[in-house]
Amino acid sequence: MGLEFTTGRLADAINWARKYSLFQYPFVTACCGMEFMALWGPRFDVARFGAEFPRFSPRQADLLMVVGTVTERQAPVLKRIYEQICEPKWVVSFGVCASSGGFYQNYSTVPGIDHVIPVDVYIPGCPPQPEQVLDALIMLQQRIQDGRGWSQRQQQLEPSPRDPHTRPPQP
Amino acid sequence: MRDAKFARPLPPDADAPLPGRPALLGHGQQRNDGQELPTEEMVLNMGPSHPAMHGTVHLRLVLDGEKITSAGVSVGYLHRGFEKECEAHTWAENFPYTDRLNYVSPMLNNVGYALAVEKLLGVSAPARAQWIRMIVGELARLSDHLTYLGAQVMELGAFTPYFYVIKAREWVWDLLELVSGARLTHAYVRIGGVAADLPPDFAARTRETLERLSAVVEEFDRLITRNRIFMDRMQGVAVISADDAISHGWTGPCLRGSGVEYDVRKAHPYLFYDRVAFEIPIGANGDNMDRYLIRIEETRQSCAIIRQCLQQIEPGAIQLTDPRISLPTKAQAYNTIEGLINHFKLVVDGIEVPAGEVYSYTEAGNGELGFYLVADGSGRPVKCRCRPPCFMQMTALGHLLRGLNIADIIPTFDTLNMIGGECDR
Amino acid sequence: MSLDVLKQLAEQFGRALLRTHSERGDDTAVIEAAAIRAVCLWLRDTPELAFDMLTDLTAVDYLEQGRRPRFEVVYHLYSLPRRHRVRLKVGVDDPAAEVDTVSDLWRNGNWLEREVWDLYGIKFRNHPDMRRILLYEAFEGHPLRKDYVKDRRQPLVRRPAGEIAAALGQRPAARRSLI
Ligand code: SF4
Repeated sequence: MGLEFTTGRLADAINWARKYSLFQYPFVTACCGMEFMALWGPRFDVARFGAEFPRFSPRQADLLMVVGTVTERQAPVLKRIYEQICEPKWVVSFGVCASSGGFYQNYSTVPGIDHVIPVDVYIPGCPPQPEQVLDALIMLQQRIQDGRGWSQRQQQLEPSPRDPHTRPPQP
Repeated sequence: MRDAKFARPLPPDADAPLPGRPALLGHGQQRNDGQELPTEEMVLNMGPSHPAMHGTVHLRLVLDGEKITSAGVSVGYLHRGFEKECEAHTWAENFPYTDRLNYVSPMLNNVGYALAVEKLLGVSAPARAQWIRMIVGELARLSDHLTYLGAQVMELGAFTPYFYVIKAREWVWDLLELVSGARLTHAYVRIGGVAADLPPDFAARTRETLERLSAVVEEFDRLITRNRIFMDRMQGVAVISADDAISHGWTGPCLRGSGVEYDVRKAHPYLFYDRVAFEIPIGANGDNMDRYLIRIEETRQSCAIIRQCLQQIEPGAIQLTDPRISLPTKAQAYNTIEGLINHFKLVVDGIEVPAGEVYSYTEAGNGELGFYLVADGSGRPVKCRCRPPCFMQMTALGHLLRGLNIADIIPTFDTLNMIGGECDR
Repeated sequence: MSLDVLKQLAEQFGRALLRTHSERGDDTAVIEAAAIRAVCLWLRDTPELAFDMLTDLTAVDYLEQGRRPRFEVVYHLYSLPRRHRVRLKVGVDDPAAEVDTVSDLWRNGNWLEREVWDLYGIKFRNHPDMRRILLYEAFEGHPLRKDYVKDRRQPLVRRPAGEIAAALGQRPAARRSLI
């Protein structure tokens, strides 16, 4: 009977743990919120992905869901909430308004929240179907596992040999 | 007597305060020098991204202990330039923007806007289209009220009933998806009619859905309405008199909660609302509970209206055939040059609406949804103003909150059913 | 019933009433700016009229139509007991001119007038709290005026330009393709 062991990088194990325990902070502003409510509901049940429980304090969350249109007036609020979340953190932009401003291209709307904070996954759709959101969550989990999240990359000191996308932080 | 030896003799002045410290007070005790405990005024900011304030509102509360001495409300965090966008697009292209006003019941906004443009044009849609508009409109009202009910109880801490009504709302959305192809943002109504006819099995499916939905609403009613905690937080809280409500421009369920019988569907019937029988629930106290009960009752009335519409609707055209208003059929646009040109003109230049102005009003989920349109004879509006019912309700929030406790903010704010897209436009 | 309100207005206010019409069934009266408060007060307090609700208050900019006066402030009144409506209009040519407030006649006038100030830049005299309501204080200009370019943004916060370019994949043009 030999010694049984397995090898792996500690970072992989940590990322594995992280990806199944996302605590989201819903930054819900507009119509996409209706679809977001449906996502929690019985039919689509986001609980299956370990991301169901909203944390209503940014300090206890690590996934910022930006749901709906962000206006110029609200952008400072969004930025402040993003800054309050502890590292590592991820951002999902839910719907075209958050991703690009959508069909509101005027004096009052931000043309995509990536003008204000970094974004990891964009979900298109106006509003997105809940299935798309689930897809995006799986995509995000993969990114987390690979250590490709924006804030994860900022933290990394050396490039991961496994992941071609990882680059050392830019000065 | 036996235990007396275990009792420690009290020091002679045990009740006297320690030197330099105030006396500790037990429950219900008054300070013996006749003074109240000193309190300081405190300013508390709530929002604009607060979990219990669905929608984005910023409250600046001045508190004395738990009492609110004054509340400043600031709205506008979701101002998306609805009017500016509408002025840049043709009349028909504006339907998607109206969808996103009150995004809980987009169909009602579609209908309101279409009626306004038709009033400006001086036309009216064929009978079948009007029946369809009533059906989808009432379905949207169901969706609105169900969402309200879910949000109301969820924010008071009851998560399970929220799932019940969201489940029922999914059924409503399924029907609307069947009709329009979209779950939430339908853009289904057109100027002079609707985009597509009802699918063949729609009536049967709707009846069956309404059965199930009514059962859910009844179950919700039994579960929540007589709940002690719920009643304590709703009854007698945030009372507004009829005069105040009118002065604030309230309409819809909130105004009816204060006992004023005003519903556009009854007072100024549009579509075929004069051909269906339904009741308007009226409250007596003007408190949160009444506003809640009215919405529960309105879901029942909406179900009744839809059933009657399904009985009375007859086959027929769903769109006007006027080439200045309606797009040509696909066959015409592909096969004839006139059809192609017509299609091109309508899409690029828009429907030419004669110069003039109009104010048209319908009963939306939150009250009187008005559109004030100004045309100058071109394909784009000069002005497309939406009279937002919940903006008017929000004007009263500051007055309502004064004198209440912090815990009353959430139920009060919920019963006003503020929808950001409509309030801030 | 429809011409009733207009007729009574004409009897009462004669010269202050510039024009009336009932196009498409909406009774409309164009009123001298100086008289608006008196007219509103009279409409509200006359028992036969009883306009107890200010349904809506907004403004229109007729710059592109070349009309004078350039702005119109539009009031929609409704009477719950009598179930009738009227629209009042007041011309404002000079944007610096002020219109009398009605915020003390109907309580929602307060916010509605703030909104008109915010979006059109028309001030109301004696208004208790003339601040922006939908936009932020740092915003310059009044966006619903026709000479305000639709997508002229006035950002409060932005990431550093380099980061945005990287996030947009060096193709900022791609982001604008929808417009
Ligand atoms: S993407 Fe569409 S549905 Fe979502 S917030 Fe924007 S307009 Fe509303």
